Amino acid sequence: MNRTTHPILSMVLSRLGLGLLSLVIVSLVIFSAVSFLPGSYAAAILGQNATPEAVAAMERQLGLDQPWALRYASWLATAATGDLGMSFSGRPVVDVIGPRLANTLTLAAITAAIAVPLAIGLGIACARWRGRLIDRVLSTTTLASISVPEFFVAYVVMMIFAVKLQLLPSMAGIRNGMDFGEQLIRMILPILTLLLVILAHMLRNTRAAILSVMASPYVEMARLKGEPEARVVMRQALPNAIGPIASVVAINLAYLISGVVVIEVVFVYPGVGQAMIDAVRNRDVPVIQACALIFAAAYIGFNLLADILSIVSNPRLLHPR
Amino acid sequence: MKESHFRKAGRARVSRRHFLAGSSALAALGAAGGLPLPLRAQDGTPAQGGTLRLGLHNASQNDSLDPGSWSTSWTGASFNGGIYNNLVEILPDGTVAGDLAESWEAGEGAVTWRFRLRPGVTFHDGKPLTPEDVRQSFLHHMKPDSTSGARAIVDQIASIETEGEDMVVFTLAEGNADFPYLLSDYHLSVLPALEGGGIDMQSGNGTGAFLLDSFEPGIATRLKRNPNYHKPGKPHVDEVEFISIPDATARLNALLTGEVDFIQDLDGRNIPLIERSPDYVVQRVPSLRHFSFDMDTTVAPFDNPDVRMALKYALDREDIIEKVFLGEGRPGNDNPVAAIMPFHHEMPQRSYSPEKAREHLAKAGLDSLTVDLSVAENAFPGAIEAAVLYQEHAARCGITINVVREAADGYWENVWLKKPFCGVDWFGRPTLDWLFSTIYTSDAPWNTGWSNARFDELHALARAETDEAKRREYYAEMQEIIHAEGNTLTVAFVDWRSAVSTRAGFGEVGGLLPLDNMRISERMWAES
Repeated sequence: MNRTTHPILSMVLSRLGLGLLSLVIVSLVIFSAVSFLPGSYAAAILGQNATPEAVAAMERQLGLDQPWALRYASWLATAATGDLGMSFSGRPVVDVIGPRLANTLTLAAITAAIAVPLAIGLGIACARWRGRLIDRVLSTTTLASISVPEFFVAYVVMMIFAVKLQLLPSMAGIRNGMDFGEQLIRMILPILTLLLVILAHMLRNTRAAILSVMASPYVEMARLKGEPEARVVMRQALPNAIGPIASVVAINLAYLISGVVVIEVVFVYPGVGQAMIDAVRNRDVPVIQACALIFAAAYIGFNLLADILSIVSNPRLLHPR
Repeated sequence: MKESHFRKAGRARVSRRHFLAGSSALAALGAAGGLPLPLRAQDGTPAQGGTLRLGLHNASQNDSLDPGSWSTSWTGASFNGGIYNNLVEILPDGTVAGDLAESWEAGEGAVTWRFRLRPGVTFHDGKPLTPEDVRQSFLHHMKPDSTSGARAIVDQIASIETEGEDMVVFTLAEGNADFPYLLSDYHLSVLPALEGGGIDMQSGNGTGAFLLDSFEPGIATRLKRNPNYHKPGKPHVDEVEFISIPDATARLNALLTGEVDFIQDLDGRNIPLIERSPDYVVQRVPSLRHFSFDMDTTVAPFDNPDVRMALKYALDREDIIEKVFLGEGRPGNDNPVAAIMPFHHEMPQRSYSPEKAREHLAKAGLDSLTVDLSVAENAFPGAIEAAVLYQEHAARCGITINVVREAADGYWENVWLKKPFCGVDWFGRPTLDWLFSTIYTSDAPWNTGWSNARFDELHALARAETDEAKRREYYAEMQEIIHAEGNTLTVAFVDWRSAVSTRAGFGEVGGLLPLDNMRISERMWAES
């Protein structure tokens, strides 16, 4: 390793380079996969008016009559300049995805702001009072909420709060310039659902990570020295458990951006997931590509962040044996 | 009270035709208190004011105000039916009436058509409607590189001229007596012309019942009442919101939680749930949509008319409707023309008959027959179950049907028009001429090998014939030919099924196109 550069900086740079390469590979895989799907944008859009003539005319206009390798190359060339191009409908991809991405990020940010501190806090509490009531209750309930599929959680939440109690709207759809207050109220149910889904995963992993560190001899040593249990957990065990906790948090944050399609559909929330479904149905390749890049970038970015955090908290990881 | 009777008639699954015949009897029943009708917004005269919220399913983020790009009931109902008008409209009873055109007349042989514009119509911005607006709106679809969904229609137009202050003259390539009907196509909205040619597809400025207030592609569209609308008494509501809810369960939830007043395409399994509640009604509107098993008549054994006939007799349509469609639907009669269409020809219902199927097999010189039937879950709703039942029915006729389950994705590209015997979901066309020239004449783009010289000849005759009685005669014979020799085995005709909250009301509803012939926003009303 080059000693003159900062080791973490060089790690970050090389990881960024690899991330970029992954993005290109993802875009290639998605592009070719969509090209091999039956049907085309023209056939999907023309529907019952899709006579062979009309389809041919539209494909010629969109350049869909070109071989896919050529189309991919020209897409990549424009994307490399930071231009995501035009959707097949003639609107810039940025205009199509932009508002959706903003919606997704809002939902993800609010959920994360609540879920991450709550999950880690409760996870620490479970580890601290292992086997006590709080641990047993949380372990059981999180196991339950992790085991049921998310759409089921969504429907249960909706049935209780929207249909039976009629406290909250069943549709989270933000539309036609609703004010922010109403938006927030409409987002309560999807946020609650997402909380139930990701809280459990993060909480259980936090607990497990801390408990595995708690089994190490140095923790035993700290206890023998007479450190109070709370201090043992917070000062001795937690710093060494940050690595695994950070990576599970990263996975969940990436999920909040790319994996909430089902929640979006159930609550009619116009996010990127629905945009991608819509685009795949219409074979609108530029939009599909943009969505795929966003999703891939979220995973790569959050995982990179988690790795940096782990390394900062545990520099030994920079020197793998 | 007419509205509620219509609804009741729909519930009892009576076609509009039967309903009209029987409505006096129903009125008598109603007067005697025989029908417990919910008394809410749906009864009596339409209420004025209020907001109507429609939960529809096929909005797309690619939607735009370019009329050539429209292909869904969402764009049709929110743009064409909400903010624009055509020269003509299809009334709920299926007849064609003037909209932006006050009157029209056809020249000899239905080649030249003169449309006189309604006086005093203005666009939302106050600009008066001129013949040039109409001309440019049509030219938009007629450009040589046009990808418009209305291309098949405008290809028939040889030239379009304006005359004076209020006249538009169409000259067709060949006579077409149905031409006014074709002008009701939702693509053919009239938009304001721009200086120097073209139309304004940006602002949403139209002549329609509503002004475009907000449009978020794939999410929602909100319209506000046009105070200067040219149809007296319309629209009923001050504001209408089109809300995209792609998922059927989410749509139902939105209705049950009062987020919307109307949902489109109600899942058949949810009908009992809706019907149990006094707060909602199920709206059933007979449509042109039908499910069929179609045969490629250039491929053996389907090239033999007796084999086709045997297969038609081997299908128990009632059984499929009862078990697969849960009673929602009317048996098809191997005629793609729906009963609500003008010139529909009533023929004796073909029903399941193993004896006749065997007879036709014998005529074809066969003791037994084995065919492959290709279906997928999206061939039509319940297609796989219907095919499996058909397999059972046919087995009793000495016919072995191998049900081939195809992949749903790509079904329309790889199976339909490619495999010789497959399930199809047809949305129909509002006129016979249009339907036949899309699917059944020898040169139709979606024809699957079926060719009948007499059928083609009658089609050409009927197209240019302006005498209604003669056309009826021609069309009757054409339907007899399809029924006897055609390549389509129609399983069932289905209704447009919607659920409506009692907050909202509706009158007689048209079914030639979805959503009250796309004009739902100006025809429904709401509690204010």
